[in-house]
Amino acid sequence: MIEALIRRDLRRAFSGGAWLPIVFFLLVAILIPFAIGPDAQLLARVGPGVLWVAALTAALLPIERLVEPDRADGVLDQLFLHGVADELTAVAKIIAHWLSFGPLLIAAALPAAILFGLDSAALWRVLVSLAVGTLGLAALAVMIAAATAGLPRAGSLAGLLLFPLAIPLLIFASAYGGGGGAGALLLEGAISLGLVALAPFAAGAAIRAART
Amino acid sequence: MSALLRFEGVALMRGGRLLFEQLDLALEPGSALHIGGPNGSGKSSLLRLAAGLLHAEQGRVEADPAALADDHVALDRELPLDRALAFWARSRGNGAMTAMGLEALQEVPVRILSSGQLKRASIARVIASEARLWLLDEPLNGLDRDGAERLEAVITEHRASGGGVLAASHVSLPGAWQRLELGR
Repeated sequence: MIEALIRRDLRRAFSGGAWLPIVFFLLVAILIPFAIGPDAQLLARVGPGVLWVAALTAALLPIERLVEPDRADGVLDQLFLHGVADELTAVAKIIAHWLSFGPLLIAAALPAAILFGLDSAALWRVLVSLAVGTLGLAALAVMIAAATAGLPRAGSLAGLLLFPLAIPLLIFASAYGGGGGAGALLLEGAISLGLVALAPFAAGAAIRAART
Repeated sequence: MSALLRFEGVALMRGGRLLFEQLDLALEPGSALHIGGPNGSGKSSLLRLAAGLLHAEQGRVEADPAALADDHVALDRELPLDRALAFWARSRGNGAMTAMGLEALQEVPVRILSSGQLKRASIARVIASEARLWLLDEPLNGLDRDGAERLEAVITEHRASGGGVLAASHVSLPGAWQRLELGR
């Protein structure tokens, strides 16, 4: 059932909005050099941090379609009735969401990094920081999607929740991307893993609470 | 055989309001119970209690794994009906669709089905789940005469094979039912 749920969520993501966050990420990355001007050194210096801010804003877009449609349509109830614990539903949704978000975003970071004139070492660090950090971002997105499902103005509320909670991730991810040592990457990995470990329980509890 | 569903002294609050208390009921294999009562008397909530989706304020609820058909269809709108139903089906085969007269709609996307066709589809989903306990919320809503006859037939067959049915409805249901009135 879990495997079927992951495949279903992936199918829905790729036939629906999976491309939107990626296009959004690229658009933000294109806008920044226009705003900052053609100072190659400055662009290369702010590049990793700016790409991470772009990744964060892109992570906000899919939140509304992650949990709420399934809550409103009774899919979450039916999964529970088929013996799938709400926590397990959340795990499946995190996996499916990362698969439809992480690899595409990492691929889109390549052309974006070129816009900022990052050298190959900096590019590699940004890609690694995205690979590690998008796991935590996907977990956070599902957690927030579950917590805001069914609420009025859930989209804006999700932004208010996502950005502050993502700050630790942002700090260490852009520190590593901007030339910080392996310690920054380890801390980013620890935060990402912490989010992945916490999210199924928080999202499961939120799904249950939304039923009452 | 033991009961498929048993309520002992159950009380339920929704939104700070007491819907019912000291409610006892038992549903044996092969039996069918019709929950009646006016709008807002807690019929749907009782079904959700039996499904385990809500928790009782007081008392005990014991239930077999159940299948629920309420006003949430839980079928992917963009998929053809047969693929959307297959996601929930425990077994292969189109017996459930045939029983509800949906063969001609197999390839039709769920999003363009009428409300009566969606009701048939959610009953087909319940049949395909192979659960012994069926929870049906207003099962006649939107069904035409043919649909109601098919519903009666599948319920009869389900009961004959040892299943139980708990249905909430404010109108009377075809066939032989025990009755329980809420909100008195």
